[in-house]
Amino acid sequence: MKQVITGICLAASMAMVTAAQADITIGVNVSSTGPAASLGMAEKNAISLGPTVIAGQKVKYVIYDDATDTTNAVQNVKRLISEAKVDVIVGPTTSPTSKAVTDTVAESKTPMIQLSPGITASSDDPKRRWIFNAPPADAVYADALIKHMVKKGIKTVSVIAVDDAYGENCTVAYRKLADQKGIKTLTVEKYKRADTSATAQVLKAMQGNPDAVYIASSGTPGALPHVALIERGYKGKIYQSGGSANAEFLRVGGKALEGSFMLGSPLLAAEQFPDKYPAKKESLEFVKLYEARFGARNFFASLSWNALKIVEAAVPKALKVAKPGTEQFRAALRDAIEGTKGLKGAGTVFTMTKSDHTGINQLGMCVLKIENGKWKLEDHAEF
Amino acid sequence: MDLQTVLILAQDGLTNGAIYLLLAVALILVFGVTRIVLIPQGEFVSYGALTLASLQLGVMPGTVWLLLIMASIAAVMETFRLVSSEAVRQLPVTLATILIPPAAIALLAKMCIPLHLALGWQVLLTMLIVTPIGPLVYRVAFRPLADATVLVLLIAAVAVHFVLVGLGLLFFGAEGVRTPPFSDAHLTLGTLSVSGQSLWVYAASFILISLLAWFFSRTLYGKALRAVAFNRNGARLVGISPHLAGTYSFALAAAIGCLSGVMIAPITTVYYDSGFLIGLKGFIGAIVGGMASYPIAAAGALMVGILESYSSFWLSGYKDVIVFAAIIPILLWRSLMSVHYEEEE
Repeated sequence: MKQVITGICLAASMAMVTAAQADITIGVNVSSTGPAASLGMAEKNAISLGPTVIAGQKVKYVIYDDATDTTNAVQNVKRLISEAKVDVIVGPTTSPTSKAVTDTVAESKTPMIQLSPGITASSDDPKRRWIFNAPPADAVYADALIKHMVKKGIKTVSVIAVDDAYGENCTVAYRKLADQKGIKTLTVEKYKRADTSATAQVLKAMQGNPDAVYIASSGTPGALPHVALIERGYKGKIYQSGGSANAEFLRVGGKALEGSFMLGSPLLAAEQFPDKYPAKKESLEFVKLYEARFGARNFFASLSWNALKIVEAAVPKALKVAKPGTEQFRAALRDAIEGTKGLKGAGTVFTMTKSDHTGINQLGMCVLKIENGKWKLEDHAEF
Repeated sequence: MDLQTVLILAQDGLTNGAIYLLLAVALILVFGVTRIVLIPQGEFVSYGALTLASLQLGVMPGTVWLLLIMASIAAVMETFRLVSSEAVRQLPVTLATILIPPAAIALLAKMCIPLHLALGWQVLLTMLIVTPIGPLVYRVAFRPLADATVLVLLIAAVAVHFVLVGLGLLFFGAEGVRTPPFSDAHLTLGTLSVSGQSLWVYAASFILISLLAWFFSRTLYGKALRAVAFNRNGARLVGISPHLAGTYSFALAAAIGCLSGVMIAPITTVYYDSGFLIGLKGFIGAIVGGMASYPIAAAGALMVGILESYSSFWLSGYKDVIVFAAIIPILLWRSLMSVHYEEEE
């Protein structure tokens, strides 16, 4: 009986404590089911490694799954804002779902760190003012890709892109820079994630014998055209976009991937980076935490982890202005996130400005070579 | 486009077409016997591929759990049915026939997984695991609705599709699989090199079609299925149980889907939700055959495969648009050519 009473007293005192100091509520909306599930699940995993206390305030996570559906994403974000009264949103996972929630987020004046690349946001644009990106912009990928192609003396390239927003964005960013550097694009072929064959697209891409083929796809679907290229005896260089950089892709692609190049986060080959790489310690820390619980390291998991890092760094500044759960706090949090400077995350360093809400430069990018089924660091930016 | 490209594309299209053909046959079979448009047909394809991949990794495939769970649900439903119709005496036998085979298969899978059997045995085990899911799906989802309209059955089929896709994600995860090919051999015909796996697909399709033709023309069960497809009430009058026919047709559909999945797994990456689109293309083949004629549906499915292959080459971004848009002229042509019968209800 005594124990019960003590229990009640404890519960009551704890309730009083929580009432006295408002928790920070982080809303998470990811696609842990549906076509983008492999990305969303990893992102959700990393959220469970996030901080439980920031600057003495308890952190509450409200996590929703939008099933990679734009309508669900909008509903979830509305629920996060009106019911859970979140202070900041992490997600959505994909470009289409992120685009869909833009208006809702802007109206409610809630800062959001989306886990998909988007157009570089600016605080002057009222709609994009509240939105930040955790992954590097497509242009950063394209920049690293073209630099490496120039280094290797590549003049002609065929592109094979998965037929979705990601493939399209990658292709557009690549073409813009390729045209400037005098790299000729022979053809752009599209294929669907669930296709049973990419032979036709590969044959078309191989016409004119390009120096390199660039495959723009996210996750394991990138393996289908790659394997077909090898089967058809293509001898040139093959580049994979950063979206495919995960262990599952290596498993599915198998031997066919040997010797090909891939753009990716320094996270994937963190051990191979020289010690002076600024985010080496933070990258290894995340790798250790993640791999102990969920298996092989994952770029998408690092995105939600980094988003939480950004929030963690911004909260103390915002707390000086207002209490969590208020409109003033959200506005202060937004300003603090925009002021993120030199923040080291997993595989990248963030420096945001008014005109750059991604904050990732070439420090968050490297070129990897696939050797013996593993990532080998091929090239990275100067630091 | 040189001759070699033309040939490679045709060969590629035929390989895919052979898979669509098998699915089209299964769709027509199920529709004929039960009037169900089997939207979840594609899920058996994914389940087949993913189950085989799990077995190769030495992991217990999630489909085994699905089998056990569905058998339990079916057993509960049977118990209710028999108790309410006061036929309790049939209960032990009925329950035994529902529960024992899945349990035996699960046990067999558990024993076989650590042995790392040869590919042929793994394929056989995959077929054993996935095929009984078909009849169980029929028992749980469709049998209670057996006398409903085609529209209600279609809606139920869509629901079952979503449930099975969701379970696929739950059991197998979001990432795709690719299994090693049945043979690494390459057949070189002039300038054309045909992969061993494609030959397997052709051979398996041909054998399966021959077996089905034999089954329907020579065996009692095959003739019974045809009788139900031809006239449900007439078949019932001569003592053919429509429920039994439905069960058999679902078993065949699941087996065909599973075999298709096993065969394409080395050619492409199969995801938990890959089956739907593949099944949809088989469905176009079935529509070409008016959901009734096997030979026309077969030709239609091969046509879909070849159309897909060539449109991927010329206009890869609009490939699916071209393939699915082709259904409109086909439907127009069919509706002009065919004589309409009022459906008897």
